[in-house]
Amino acid sequence: MNWFTKTFTSTIGRKVIVALTGLFLCLFLVVHLLGNLQLLANDGGKSFNTYAKFMAESPLIRVVSIGNFAFILLHIIQSVILTMQNRQARPVQYAIVASNASWASRNMGFLGSFILLFIVGHLSQFWWQAKFGAMPTIAIDGVQMKDLYLVVHKAFQNPFIVVFYVLAMGFIGFHLSHGFQSAFQTLGLNHVKYTPLIQKLGLAFCILIPLGYAVIPVMMYLRSM
Amino acid sequence: MNLTLKVWRQKNANSKGELKTYHVKDISPDMSFLEMFDVLNEELLLKGEDPIAFDHDCREGICGMCSMYINGHPHGPEQTTTCQLHMRSFKDGDTIVVEPWRAKAFPVVKDLVVDRSAFDRIIQAGGYISVNTGNAPDANEIPISKEVADAAFNAATCIGCGACVAACKNASAMLFVSAKVAQLSMLPQGQIERKRRVEQMVAKMDEEGFGACTNTGACAAECPKEISLANIAILNREYLIAKATSEYV
Ligand code: HEM
Ligand code: SF4
Ligand code: FES
Repeated sequence: MNWFTKTFTSTIGRKVIVALTGLFLCLFLVVHLLGNLQLLANDGGKSFNTYAKFMAESPLIRVVSIGNFAFILLHIIQSVILTMQNRQARPVQYAIVASNASWASRNMGFLGSFILLFIVGHLSQFWWQAKFGAMPTIAIDGVQMKDLYLVVHKAFQNPFIVVFYVLAMGFIGFHLSHGFQSAFQTLGLNHVKYTPLIQKLGLAFCILIPLGYAVIPVMMYLRSM
Repeated sequence: MNLTLKVWRQKNANSKGELKTYHVKDISPDMSFLEMFDVLNEELLLKGEDPIAFDHDCREGICGMCSMYINGHPHGPEQTTTCQLHMRSFKDGDTIVVEPWRAKAFPVVKDLVVDRSAFDRIIQAGGYISVNTGNAPDANEIPISKEVADAAFNAATCIGCGACVAACKNASAMLFVSAKVAQLSMLPQGQIERKRRVEQMVAKMDEEGFGACTNTGACAAECPKEISLANIAILNREYLIAKATSEYV
């Protein structure tokens, strides 16, 4: 192995990959939320559909979205390898464990697995549908385009789907309650001046972002009642 | 105090162990936890039974030998070593479960004794500085600022007890390794081997089968010397910089 592969197959190296991809995904969450909030615009889907069309056609967004998929995959692969290594490091378990670490920090693998389940469900429901499925169309300002708004609107009339979405956002919130600030520690940033700020930012992030997402299905459900 | 103890008994590294129940009577609250074990062992000897093997040496909180995992905490309910833990931290009638450190890299030798030589091998891999021997150099010959001296000294108080590994859900040795790397990387004497040291100590740590850090903080909460998590960030930083810039391919 050369120095590069040695670095990124070491425990610290793998952790750094998890941290960098995790932070990128955090950035993605912000951008994705800002776009999706247009679903609540109450304009029959005009702004959301126009936005979705722009996203689907922009070559830049295409590159970013391929990167995004790759990063999710990398995040999962590395964290699965690390979780397996960590299990092997303690072959015989304790009879009694009284950990004083936060619940989220001890259950990142479980939280992540549920998020993965959500991502698969979410993609097959909307992304796959928009890309390869038979889509209803709508004319906005004389331009014919896919009516993704209608697909979302219909999906969120089902209370089970709404509950699933809200629950998944709770899991992302817990994942990030540990993950956000943990990533900075992994990257070597721990400083009396910045760490308190990072921790506050992480707390705000892990509450506000999932809350912002959860509001969308709940509001759309309530409006359709 | 009268107590019920459930203690891990294991004949040797290859045999299967189990928790065995013992009762101890008339224990003084001012005894240390190890003295309570001495009382129990004398009783076992009188009965002709095999006494419980456990590690200890200084009994004053500086050697790090007294590894016992007590009621789910390394070194028991207080943030100190087992030899400095007193029976007044327990209540009359309590049941106390005592297990050895559990980690693949710390195999059980007998009962509560584990082999911690993996730590020694990590130190051998890079936890040293090279100096010419001869007369002791003058004190204060090399100027070091108070802040750096304090931070390096805090890291240097690690006694290599392994409670961090025992407490971590991943049996990670990052707090121990970070204390050693941080201490030496801060001081002028540690600069010569700075990059080599962190690369080799981390490689050895991985090779010995310790887990990866997930920043849960369980280690620092249990460390008897209050080694700070900030050292782990320093270790991560030192490692990445060394890997990116050292001459070793
Ligand atoms: C919305 C998607 C996700 C985001 C924004 C995200 C974010 C993060 C962040 C920031 C970290 C911290 C990295 C560090 O501690 O250095 C992390 C760690 C982790 N993630 Fe994710 N993640 C996501 C999805 C997933 C998925 C799908 C899985 C698994 C199937 C997963 C499993 C893990 C695991 C096991 C860790 C390591 C925990 C640790 O080191 O404490 N994550 N994630
Ligand atoms: S870091 Fe603390 S818990 Fe770990 S070996 Fe050193 S003194 Fe013991
Ligand atoms: S016996 Fe030396 S620290 Fe406890």
